[in-house]
Amino acid sequence: MSADPGPRVLGTETEFGITVRNQVDFNPVLASSLVINSYSGSSSRIQWSFEEETPGRDARGFGYEPPPTADYDAGLVNVVLTNGARFYVDHAHPEYATPECVDAREAALHDKAGEVVLARAAAAATESLPEGLRLLIHKNNSDGKGNSYGAHENYLVPRSVPFADLVLHMTPFLVSRQIFTGAGKVGAENGRPAVEFQLSQRADFFEEEIGLETTLKRPIVNTRDEPHADPAKYRRLHVIIGDANLSEVQTFLKLGSASLVLAAIEAGALGDPIVLRRPVDAVWQVSHDPTLGATVELDDGSSATALAIQWLFFERVSKHVESAGGTDVDREVLRVWEEILIDLEADPARTSDRLDWAAKRFLLDGFRHRDTLAWGDPKMRLLDLQYHDVDPARGLYHRFVGSGRMQRLFTPREIETAVTHPPPGTRAYFRGACVAKYGHAIIAANWDSLLFDTGGASLKRVPMMEPLKGRRDLVAGLIDRSDTPADLIEALGGDHG
Amino acid sequence: MAEQERKRVRRDDDKQTDEQTDELAGASTEDLTDRIDDLLDEIDSVLEENAEEFVKNYVQKGGQ
Repeated sequence: MSADPGPRVLGTETEFGITVRNQVDFNPVLASSLVINSYSGSSSRIQWSFEEETPGRDARGFGYEPPPTADYDAGLVNVVLTNGARFYVDHAHPEYATPECVDAREAALHDKAGEVVLARAAAAATESLPEGLRLLIHKNNSDGKGNSYGAHENYLVPRSVPFADLVLHMTPFLVSRQIFTGAGKVGAENGRPAVEFQLSQRADFFEEEIGLETTLKRPIVNTRDEPHADPAKYRRLHVIIGDANLSEVQTFLKLGSASLVLAAIEAGALGDPIVLRRPVDAVWQVSHDPTLGATVELDDGSSATALAIQWLFFERVSKHVESAGGTDVDREVLRVWEEILIDLEADPARTSDRLDWAAKRFLLDGFRHRDTLAWGDPKMRLLDLQYHDVDPARGLYHRFVGSGRMQRLFTPREIETAVTHPPPGTRAYFRGACVAKYGHAIIAANWDSLLFDTGGASLKRVPMMEPLKGRRDLVAGLIDRSDTPADLIEALGGDHG
Repeated sequence: MAEQERKRVRRDDDKQTDEQTDELAGASTEDLTDRIDDLLDEIDSVLEENAEEFVKNYVQKGGQ
């Protein structure tokens, strides 16, 4: 068998909804900047550098295209935190990119830490607003009026895996996983058929099977080929079709199941692909049926429910983990995955303690029956929206957790640590630890390098092209022993890391 | 194809169902309704005022 591929590097990037209560004409770019500048954890203003970024590069091998949009607002607020995360303004939204993590549990923890950062930043921003105004942040993906913004997942994949294999297997996986990745939504958007309630915030916005776009004609499989690492060795699978999740278990399952499917694809262990006849239609068809009874057509003329397709993936992936071996986290992912599928099959309402869409549905049904509300009532839309408010006092997800109805995965202490400290197993450790210790001397940072001003004649750039280097066990001693950035550069051996 | 492979999946959820049923059996239907109503009341106390206006004004710029 092939050698142990080592940990899967992964992370999430989330664009948050932003609004100012009692100020209809607020400027979302300025408000987003205010949120980021208000966060006390970003006291060292380190500029993000776009030097190494190539967002127009296409995984299908088309070479370079110009970026699809004016995506890269260099000059806007853009900071690096001591936990190795990037916190910035993108597309008129505050966005949080977690540090690089080594497994789904760690990545879900840092995804949750991002919510805490946003909640604190919003509270601090509100302090600086005139009396009566309040800044609200929602971890959602749609305003209910046809505008969507993303919650992306990033998985590092060996360059040797043919991209066509990824497309073939990930398409049916991503379409069918909505039954456990959806955050729920009242109504339909973007010209899709009317529906009272659907599984996903994002489904209505997917219009292509594959492509480079992220802001229009969104594709099920995104081809952005920008690994932020050695491109000869790695590609980054940029998954744009997921919903932002508040549920910790759900984020863990979303990231963990995708990681295991990728590992099985890499090992050539996934078997015959499950080919959907019309994947783009299947995205909204699956999402529009909270009873999970809807079937989608397969290329061989048969049809299957999303649940049946997920059972297939689960069985094949389980077998692969059984034969190839797996980590404790892998086995935990399989356990959660199986339990969710069993419960969804028995009665989807049983998953309201783990899945956002089912929890939201529980609340909506509660109010619908108590107050005799129609689905079109503004209160239903408000409940939908406020489920996602990251403010622990007002967010309905938080009220649901507070009532003991939602399973949690992380302790408050673990989350607090992730707000300030980087994960130990990737180069995010080096980035975060350097920001904490030498922040004043870091001129610029990005995923794969740090630029230091050590007071010498030239700036010193420390490249970090390998995501699994710069880990705590490799660099913590070095950083401990280096009192100044100049000491650190010298200890690293000049210009190289 | 899908049907055959699906049938092989073990069904070991019976035990779990029993446990859940036992747990729920401890509370009368009335208790459960009360507890849900408590949660709904609590939510009512934190919901943004004027739902119609709030929802109407919630407009985001499109993103990724």
